[in-house]
Amino acid sequence: MDCKSSDRHTGPSREDTLPASVTAAVKIVVVGGFGVGKTTMVGSVSEIRPLTTEETMTQAGVGVDDTAGVERKTSTTVAMDFGRISINDQLVLYLFGTPGQERFWFLWNGLFQGALGAVVLVDTRRLEVSFDVIGRLEERGVPFVVAVNTFPGAPVHSMEELRAALDLPESVPMLDCDARKRTSSRDVLMTLMRYLYSLAVTPEPK
Amino acid sequence: MSGPEDKSEGEQPERLYIITGGRSDASEQAPLDLVSLIVSRSAPQPDMLPEHSAIVRMCQYPLSLAEISAYLALPVSVVKVLLADLLGDGRVEARAPVTPASLPDVELLEAVMHGLQKL
Ligand SMILES: Nc1nc2c(ncn2[C@@H]2O[C@H](COP(=O)(O)OP(=O)(O)OP(=O)(O)O)[C@@H](O)[C@H]2O)c(=O)[nH]1
Ligand SMILES: [Mg+2]
Repeated sequence: MDCKSSDRHTGPSREDTLPASVTAAVKIVVVGGFGVGKTTMVGSVSEIRPLTTEETMTQAGVGVDDTAGVERKTSTTVAMDFGRISINDQLVLYLFGTPGQERFWFLWNGLFQGALGAVVLVDTRRLEVSFDVIGRLEERGVPFVVAVNTFPGAPVHSMEELRAALDLPESVPMLDCDARKRTSSRDVLMTLMRYLYSLAVTPEPK
Repeated sequence: MSGPEDKSEGEQPERLYIITGGRSDASEQAPLDLVSLIVSRSAPQPDMLPEHSAIVRMCQYPLSLAEISAYLALPVSVVKVLLADLLGDGRVEARAPVTPASLPDVELLEAVMHGLQKL
């Protein structure tokens, strides 16, 4: 409880320490293209300043942009931002922001395994990324909701148009959001939770 | 103690190789998740690797693997290997993440919703 030994300490500050009573953690993934607001959303609801962790993929032949001069091993490192929300004395929720482009999908195994679900953040200026992400989530059977960020100057589409463009089934919730606002981001998460709840109480046939 | 600061910006791949002993995380233990919560069971020992003692020190209270990785500025895969050592030696324990087999149970979802409502 006190900081008697040196102050050079790596780890959470006192405020960022979880109580000893916490026994379990769950996670939700926020996924979307570059600059769509993933980090902003994580930060707006997190009780800690978002942290960054990285995952490295070392595999031969999965070069990304530039592997010149690195002959022996191709390694791709991706930074992921994440935040934390204490749910109660025992349970804590982590939110991970991850890029949606296909070349980052190697991250998905560790990330989506055991995740409650996902938020797909959509930038209406670049729908292709969302399209691929949605397809991939459907393949993996990860339940998700779609949150549409409203950027100034972005083309304005009705939800119906977007739903059609993204080829989304009616059952998947869609909503507008402003990732900079805590309440708006919270609403996105609540929408996901209600959707998960509905799936849990009335499992979809198929 | 030794290193003045754990900067890892320029962390050399060789160093990562040494601290993981060239192993990858093929542990027999239950696989660790990004949100596995780690808690120390003992105080850091002087003969530990600095990375090991840093983990033991910071996990006095529960901390997720992801947070450990962030604070150490080491890749998740490296932290998994370090944790496998510590778990093997009983220096830390892991509190399993709630991993819903298919669909999470209703009480869990309700708890999360309650928690979010307070935000
Ligand atoms: N108008 C508006 N701007 C937003 C919104 N969300 C994020 N931004 C802004 O968009 C910019 C990019 O947001 P980030 O949160 O960094 O996006 P990101 O998805 O994490 O970006 P990368 O990690 O670089 O892929 C920032 O300047 C944000 O302030 C939003 O909902 N509305
Ligand atoms: Mg970001």
